[in-house]
Amino acid sequence: MCTVCGCGGDGATLSDGQGRQALPEHHAHTHTHADGTTHSHPHGHGHGLVQDHDHDHDHDHHHDHDHGHPRDAAPTLDYGAGPARAHAPGLSQARMVEIETSILAKNEALAAKNRARLAEGGVFALNILSGPGAGKTTLLVETLKALAGRLPCAVIEGDQQTDNDARRIRETGTPAVQINTGKGCHLDAHMVGHAIDKLPLPAGGVLFIENVGNLVCPADFDLGETHRVTLVSVTEGDDKPLKYPDIFESADLVLITKRDLAPYVDSNPEVLARNIARINPHAAILEVSARQDGGLAPWLAWLEAARAARLAKLAAAAEAKADALRAAAGGTGSGILKAAAGGAR
Amino acid sequence: MHEMALCESLRSAIEDAAVRERFSRVSRVRLSIGRFAGVEVEALRFGFDIVMRGSPAEGAELVVIEEAGTAWCFDCSATVAMAHRLSPCPCCGGERLVPNGGTEMKIKDLEVT
Repeated sequence: MCTVCGCGGDGATLSDGQGRQALPEHHAHTHTHADGTTHSHPHGHGHGLVQDHDHDHDHDHHHDHDHGHPRDAAPTLDYGAGPARAHAPGLSQARMVEIETSILAKNEALAAKNRARLAEGGVFALNILSGPGAGKTTLLVETLKALAGRLPCAVIEGDQQTDNDARRIRETGTPAVQINTGKGCHLDAHMVGHAIDKLPLPAGGVLFIENVGNLVCPADFDLGETHRVTLVSVTEGDDKPLKYPDIFESADLVLITKRDLAPYVDSNPEVLARNIARINPHAAILEVSARQDGGLAPWLAWLEAARAARLAKLAAAAEAKADALRAAAGGTGSGILKAAAGGAR
Repeated sequence: MHEMALCESLRSAIEDAAVRERFSRVSRVRLSIGRFAGVEVEALRFGFDIVMRGSPAEGAELVVIEEAGTAWCFDCSATVAMAHRLSPCPCCGGERLVPNGGTEMKIKDLEVT
């Protein structure tokens, strides 16, 4: 859609190891009716929506305009557009339409759908963000090896090109779907919704979503994740969080990766951690190394604790709902029993 | 770079509104962009002109209303005005601040015909 950087959805493709397909469009399209009126239609695809493409709107509105109604702030040439919602092709008046919604409202709605779907399966989902080369895929590969046999996992990989990362993930025996964003610089909730369709969702397990390597754009797009995890490697410079704050600001956890390299690259992980805390005082900060024995232990402990907390929260919500349903059923049930008893008498 | 993606979302929101509110042309788009929303207004303007081609908002005027930034200071336990993301707290000079105002980007209204 976007001709300059391709940020829109239609450069993106999905591949699950068996095949490859273009991502369905969810932009509007415009068409012209026989009477010359042009209309635009949004096409929402997937995510449980019914995929019909009806265009059944009524066309009464532009045949019944009144004339001669004075309007506020009307220009001198008053062709009397009549009721606020009437329009006459070529001859209509300006009016204001209040919108007052977030520019990203559509993405936010799709993210909420993804989130509900993941919650239903008890899936703990992490959106993994960093600049290119911070070690996202290596962290995932080593994490999946450590979790093998203990937790069901699945991975969504985001890159502009190639399915190299998804192949690395599949070698660990974990199902993975690769999203290629073309020239797009981030994943969005629409792409992730379609990728979820292609995966066996790991019920009660973990879904890792590896975002496109980028320190700026992915920060704006909610994917429906449970938590955001941002990686920054010691090789990137201790002031990285100050130079690129967006990606750190919304993180729940920041992992300082390649900890073992710190002495060789003049990095002081304490300074790096202080700069992260300056941007985001809420985030947990852990130092890890995927190349050292036990180097991922703090991260694995966080992962298990956060997953357990998430499942406990979902279970509590489900229990509260079950209690409410039982109470309701109990009330109606006893009512029915009483009625039945009354009828028998 | 994500300003292009924002323009795409904006176009899609305008097209939805065109169906819902039954208009065919947009002459002015007013956005409210927070100081800390991470949006580069000039990049947004550049993207707007290109992305709106062929839409009801082709050639529309883009008006950006900038919203001031505020942050919660952990040391003052108060909301303070902030000119820059990395400035220290204007009251205590502390650096433990979380933006809590001027972080949004919204479409305010459209002037349509």
